[in-house]
Amino acid sequence: MTGKRRFKGGAIPTSSMADIAFLLLIFFLVTTTIDMDKGLGMVLPAEGQEVEISKKNIVNCLINSSGKVLLGGEPVELRQLNRVIRQKLAENNKLVISVKAHEKTSYGAYVSVIDQLKMANATRISIAETDQ
Amino acid sequence: MKIKKKTEISSEIPTASMPDIIFMLLIFFMVTTVLREYSGLPVELPKAKRIEKLKSKRHTAHIFVSKDGLISIEDKLYKADAIMNIMYDKRVDDPQIVVSLKADQRARMGLISKIQNQLRKADALKINYSTKTAID
Repeated sequence: MTGKRRFKGGAIPTSSMADIAFLLLIFFLVTTTIDMDKGLGMVLPAEGQEVEISKKNIVNCLINSSGKVLLGGEPVELRQLNRVIRQKLAENNKLVISVKAHEKTSYGAYVSVIDQLKMANATRISIAETDQ
Repeated sequence: MKIKKKTEISSEIPTASMPDIIFMLLIFFMVTTVLREYSGLPVELPKAKRIEKLKSKRHTAHIFVSKDGLISIEDKLYKADAIMNIMYDKRVDDPQIVVSLKADQRARMGLISKIQNQLRKADALKINYSTKTAID
């Protein structure tokens, strides 16, 4: 066979280009997981910025190593904490809650206490250093 | 005089530039999505209800704390005392940095407190205790 090959126009079909690009777009949209970080926001006190607070405006919130909470000398159930704090804040809106955890307290217990305080709309939360 | 008939207006949407538009969209999405840079440590985050979202991923530094007390920043393990220097540098680079503390719920508070003290010394005061959403 000696048929000369004919030149048949060298255009790339562009009509499906849009579909291909769409597919790519959808692929990227689906695969990129936007895992937004979320959590409890806090602002730590600056170093060397210790403010004296009068005794009546402060309430100590102690957490022991098994996650039990002692609020101002009285044991409080974790689920009740939010309600109790709310009550205390209603009495005195300048109240500062000083959270102090034992060294062996689990971080989970600490976070749930902070969460309860946040639920009670407590804005003045101070974090004391852990006890040995 | 014969009035010329109006030429017919083609009612089709021009599709020739469609791929370009879509490619633009594609490139926009590819540029704006920040992929996770570091794998971190395997942690089981605590759960909380009153959570807030971190505003920007670009202004966040992650500190991973595992249940065994390992501390990892940018996939390198550090001792608790070294955090101050690292975070100080980060804060100089980006003053509005927020520290996202991804600690395991079984981590000890002694260590967390140590980290917090280091952060205070480094003047990186905005902290976010990374949690999962609690369902009740």
